[in-house]
Amino acid sequence: MLDAIKFYQTGSKTVGNRLLNPSMRSNQASESRPNTLISGHRACQGCGEALGARYAIDAAMRATNGQLMIANATGCLEVFSTPYPESAWRLPWIHSLFGNAAAVGSGLAVAARVRAKKAGNTNVPRVIAQGGDGGTTDIGFGPLSGMFERNDDVLYICYDNGAYMNTGVQRSSATPPAARTATTQLVGSEPGADWGKGKNVPLIAMAHGIPYVATASVADLRDLEYKVQKAMSYHGARYIQILVPCPLGWGCASSSTVTVARLAMETGFYPIFEAEYGKVTSVRKITQKQPVINFLKLQRRYAHLTGKKGDPKVLARIQAMCDENIKSFGLIGDEVPETVPVAIQALERNQTV
Amino acid sequence: MLKQIEGSLGIAEAVALCRPGAVCAYPISPQTHIVENVGKFVKEGKLQDCEFVNVESEFSAMSVSIGASAGGVRTYTATASQGLLYMVEGIYNASGLGLPIVMTVASRAIGAPINIWNDHSDSLSQRDSGWLQLFCESNQDALDTHIMAFKIAEEVGLPVMVCMDGFVLTHAFERLDIPSQEQIDSFLPEYQPKEFLDPKEPISMGAMVGPEAFTELRFLIQRKMEKALDVIERVTKEYRELTGHHSGGLLDCYRCEDAELKLIILGSSVGTAKDEVDRLRDQGIKVGIISLKSYRPFPYAKLREAIGDCKKVVCLERSFSYGARGIICPEVKRAMEGTDCDIRTTVAGLGGRAIFGSTINKIVHASLEGKLKDEITWIDMDTKLLNSYLKDAEGVTVPEDALVDDSVLKATVGHA
Ligand SMILES: Cc1ncc(C[n+]2csc(CCOP(=O)(O)OP(=O)(O)O)c2C)c(N)n1
Ligand code: SF4
Ligand SMILES: [Mg+2]
Repeated sequence: MLDAIKFYQTGSKTVGNRLLNPSMRSNQASESRPNTLISGHRACQGCGEALGARYAIDAAMRATNGQLMIANATGCLEVFSTPYPESAWRLPWIHSLFGNAAAVGSGLAVAARVRAKKAGNTNVPRVIAQGGDGGTTDIGFGPLSGMFERNDDVLYICYDNGAYMNTGVQRSSATPPAARTATTQLVGSEPGADWGKGKNVPLIAMAHGIPYVATASVADLRDLEYKVQKAMSYHGARYIQILVPCPLGWGCASSSTVTVARLAMETGFYPIFEAEYGKVTSVRKITQKQPVINFLKLQRRYAHLTGKKGDPKVLARIQAMCDENIKSFGLIGDEVPETVPVAIQALERNQTV
Repeated sequence: MLKQIEGSLGIAEAVALCRPGAVCAYPISPQTHIVENVGKFVKEGKLQDCEFVNVESEFSAMSVSIGASAGGVRTYTATASQGLLYMVEGIYNASGLGLPIVMTVASRAIGAPINIWNDHSDSLSQRDSGWLQLFCESNQDALDTHIMAFKIAEEVGLPVMVCMDGFVLTHAFERLDIPSQEQIDSFLPEYQPKEFLDPKEPISMGAMVGPEAFTELRFLIQRKMEKALDVIERVTKEYRELTGHHSGGLLDCYRCEDAELKLIILGSSVGTAKDEVDRLRDQGIKVGIISLKSYRPFPYAKLREAIGDCKKVVCLERSFSYGARGIICPEVKRAMEGTDCDIRTTVAGLGGRAIFGSTINKIVHASLEGKLKDEITWIDMDTKLLNSYLKDAEGVTVPEDALVDDSVLKATVGHA
């Protein structure tokens, strides 16, 4: 879909509505918009997760004609959307536990199939399970892998803000190295999160051979919508991981959510790609490569790297990771990688051995 | 229909008669044969409009069950011991959400040391989880109780654990009378969830509730438990009339008329005790049994009535509470508050140690001869084995073949 875009807004490399043909223009206030996650919830100003969820779920609602149900893990998204006696969700929604959203989703899919079959109904409601990076890559990882392995008819969406935000910004296995969290503080000889730790869950998802895996970003909502819609065109287990900046946890301005997310793409820090049946099939190319410092300097979680006291060696290490991503995922140039990309953690571990 | 089959297969047949829409489980002895058979029924088409899901853990087994039940289908699972503990977070969640899941607990000890044999420490560890807990005496009782459990769970709006002794029941071959599909269809109509996730009428389940309403929600669960006392009795009556089987109920009395001593027992040991009580009665010893079927809700009033003006009660407990005493005994004392009934407890049958007629005989004689001095007595303790450890480790021993009670325990640690 990106191929159709020929013009960008000067300077920012964003795609303005006026530069698109009418069918591709966005209209947030359209009355046909499902508004599945309705206003009035309690997310922080500029919450990337709220933005990502709103677009992802509305896209899924459109793709399924409103025949959709959600199993939500514990985390910010759950807490800010359903403080009793209110709910911001305008679709069937259940929160059970922190680590079991994928399995609850599997159960919902079973129920939907069995009920439809009994009623002689061919229109089977579809299921999304969703959670934060902690609920997905850490505590919910076993059930997630089980859901993948069984190829259950569930789309799992991970809202990746790189830490346990709801409990006060602690480190998860999705926290990038050197980032400050409440459990990886900016003290000691290697401030921030450890190097050579963490995992790449999209690649792990691909290793299950499931029909569809993608990463996305709130900096490109059209791409996100397209990926959700595409995911809903498949049956079986699917996984989308969306980069959703958290102004509170990252220490960035509420107004900079989209800018920071865009810089994560344009620096190679967060590769955006899609894969079908274990093979990468498309990569969102970097339109204007930027040095990673531009991404880091907007966030206080990296304050120790970007100020006058910043250690150039550490900065070079993060830049090397971005460069490796660019190479491995083919983020620049016309190619789609032939082989499965290598998790960036490998680079660091290889160096430290 | 009469069949000579393994208890586990009987349970699988009973579950199939209830026409669940989702069955999800993870293997653990001694539950395995039950779910293997249900899985087979689904695969061969004997159980239709049902999906059987093989998951990667008990945590997911309970979670898939939560999803399926919230999605509006009748849902069954089974586990035991370590598996039950592995799903604990989901167990509390299911009751909090009011999901009428039925789960077999093929009762088994909890490690360490790992032990696959029967006692009651697994289900009793979930005492406060908000699940009903129904104990079964025999395989016929277990088969029937499973069928009743679905009806009870759906009417009350809480999940039910059907607790049947692992191996002793699950792996025993017995003659079972299996009701017909027509009978069960009339007894347990197609599942009509009161509330479920449905795109036609969207609801949010499992919202975050703060201090403003949490107490009230807890009280409402307690209220369901209170209602369950009546529901269990009503459903039992209906089922007994339908099948002629004397199964289920809140509790059951055996030879309790004019008994001078009443034993309170849960599960399969009731059968052993019945034989021994017959022998004791032949010798003129007036002893009866109260088989406690419903542990949660605990039938305080019914139990008080069953104990009546009997002055001696001894519980047989196949679990206990470290640092405290028995688990059942305090409940019985509560039921008998304000009376002069003498209530003691004996712990036996832990980790599969067999409870024989002789064990029951020992309890009865110890009680009638006034040898149960403390509230708790470890009635089947192997004092030689215990001493072999205590002597080496700490240079103390207990008197050989003594009844090991609180005073003996205290003496070994130097307490008065
Ligand atoms: C079993 C369990 N452990 C810990 C918690 C506490 N907890 C609730 S939300 C949360 C953090 C969620 O982090 P993430 O999944 O990344 O979502 P986010 O809030 O960042 O969107 C934690 C640790 C819990 N609810 N349950
Ligand atoms: S803490 Fe972060 S993720 Fe949570 S609501 Fe606020 S901005 Fe969103
Ligand atoms: Mg997070």
